[in-house]
Amino acid sequence: MFKIFAILSVLAVALFAGGDATFEATKRELNIPAIIMFFIFIGGTLGITYWAARRTKSASDFYTAGGGISGFQNGMAIAGDYMSAASFLGISGLVYLKGYDGLVYAVGFLVGWPVILFLMAEKLRNLGKFTFADIAAYRLGQKEIRTLAAFGSLAVVTLYLIAQMVGSGKLIQVLFGLEYEYAVVLVGVMMIIYVTFGGMLATTWVQIIKAILLLSGVSFMGFMVLSHFGFSFEALATKAVEIHKDGQAIMEPGGLVSDPISAISLGLALMLGTAGLPHVLMRFFTVGNAKEARKSVVYATGFIGYFYLVIAIIGLGAIVFLNSPEGAKYFVDGKLFGGNNMAAIHLSHVVGGNVFLGFISAVAFATILAVVSGLTLAGASAISHDIYASVINTNATEEQEIRISKIAVIVIGIIGVLLGIAFEQQNIAFMVGLAFAIAASANFPILFLSIYWSRLTTRGAVIGGFIGLLTAVILVILGPTVWVSILHNEEAIFPYKYPALFSVTAAFVGIWFFSITDNSQRAKDEQKAFEAQSVRAETGFGAAGAVDH
Amino acid sequence: MNDELVAKIKANPNYQELVKKRTGFAVKLGIFVLVMFYSYILTIAFNPSILGTKTGDGVMTIAYPIGIAIIVISFITTLIYVAKANGEYEDLIEKVREDVKDEL
Repeated sequence: MFKIFAILSVLAVALFAGGDATFEATKRELNIPAIIMFFIFIGGTLGITYWAARRTKSASDFYTAGGGISGFQNGMAIAGDYMSAASFLGISGLVYLKGYDGLVYAVGFLVGWPVILFLMAEKLRNLGKFTFADIAAYRLGQKEIRTLAAFGSLAVVTLYLIAQMVGSGKLIQVLFGLEYEYAVVLVGVMMIIYVTFGGMLATTWVQIIKAILLLSGVSFMGFMVLSHFGFSFEALATKAVEIHKDGQAIMEPGGLVSDPISAISLGLALMLGTAGLPHVLMRFFTVGNAKEARKSVVYATGFIGYFYLVIAIIGLGAIVFLNSPEGAKYFVDGKLFGGNNMAAIHLSHVVGGNVFLGFISAVAFATILAVVSGLTLAGASAISHDIYASVINTNATEEQEIRISKIAVIVIGIIGVLLGIAFEQQNIAFMVGLAFAIAASANFPILFLSIYWSRLTTRGAVIGGFIGLLTAVILVILGPTVWVSILHNEEAIFPYKYPALFSVTAAFVGIWFFSITDNSQRAKDEQKAFEAQSVRAETGFGAAGAVDH
Repeated sequence: MNDELVAKIKANPNYQELVKKRTGFAVKLGIFVLVMFYSYILTIAFNPSILGTKTGDGVMTIAYPIGIAIIVISFITTLIYVAKANGEYEDLIEKVREDVKDEL
């Protein structure tokens, strides 16, 4: 613990030293209530981490909090994972900028849940132990499948992490006047502390607390916005249309998904991607049994759905209040201070003053910490459980495995910080869209077919899975976002922003083709093992049970 | 689980009922949600201005109620499935467990 406080005090010094430097440049008041809130959160969450650290002994504790989280708690935590900075800041920012298109994202993010539940949740819970690779590796070749699944997980985790890092950097920049780079480093260090010391138990509780605070905060904001319009959504929309430069166009979809291929592709990525997100899949193993896993999905869907509905109100509220004469102080050189992702944060100041701005900022910061912690844990598990303990050193002890996890956490933290700085200008909801595309094309097809298709073989899964992953990554690089916006080329080689339609198809076709043409003895054994797997997937007999705390 | 036990469970009428009922129900609900979501996405893809149809004299369009309805319906289908799975289907699993508990 002493170490933690030593690191923190160094950070605190850096924070205020940096704060002074940009303070001059931006002429922004240091927000004292915000800073007090911020330190209350840091103190509270570090307390949880300390408590969790003392209870985290085994690998099971570290990865899944010993499987002792209840359905309600887990539902809160899943909602916490989902109501990320990308959702909160990104979607409200999208509604602020483009109106209805933001809601299209929200619908896509939510509608994946029921489908996952009907088709996957209980089977995942019954077959897996720590990571989603456990499921695919149930009857297929351990080494190959785990290596592939780990790559898929890491690709998704990295992209999602960038989105969160960018959000956090911008947020702290606005809040403290701290420079973006320092802010991102601060988040990286905090996250490393939470995860290395507290593991999944700390991550889960930080997630739950933050979910409660965030839901209360956005409810208050939504309430305050609507109270100005006699609680009429129509009146709010009328005012927004009057003020927004696009006028009536903000009441219908249009700007974001301009052509049919992009729209279908985005829809596919959002829906199937949810089922392939490693940090969400991990949450099915933190509960005791399939029954609790199902309950947690109901709670999560309810909370997330409610959250998105309120976000739509907040986005329209931001259009109205920030574009009014009083809102002028939130603009620098005609642009929203901190970027469009900060619309919700500025709105919190309008409706609730400095103290509420402090509250929302601190909650948003806690949100980012909790989500990056969950992501990092998922990435670290992929490295330590799937690559190290199952491929590199199959005789590894639990201590060795946990130690590798912690090293992996530190490395992922550093990579996250560097990429967060490199991708500063990207819209964070869009980055999440890319993460979903990769989850949908590399992870989902293997998971889905390993559960439902008896003829799947290791060869098919490995080759097809890599085809899906590579297709998604290459198309993203050649597409408009990376090729034009980041690498500054004139025109994109691949014309669409969202590759999922092509990459998911490529993965399914690849897996199918290389499975049915596999006539080896091993393939026959793997296909035969499907019977036993399906019985366990349906009933949960022999699945890892809960641990009491 | 050995092959013998697997064969025995698969032959168990309660197990067969479980798999048949649950799979059937999950597939039906899944298709319902998919059709709903893709009708929405394909409308956005091919004819987004339909969603811009106004509901009255004001600025309100049908896009908002439709988006909100999809979110609410997604939640309701989730609730329905879990109520059934945690009641009826779990009972069937318990029955199967009773039948084979000595060999588990």
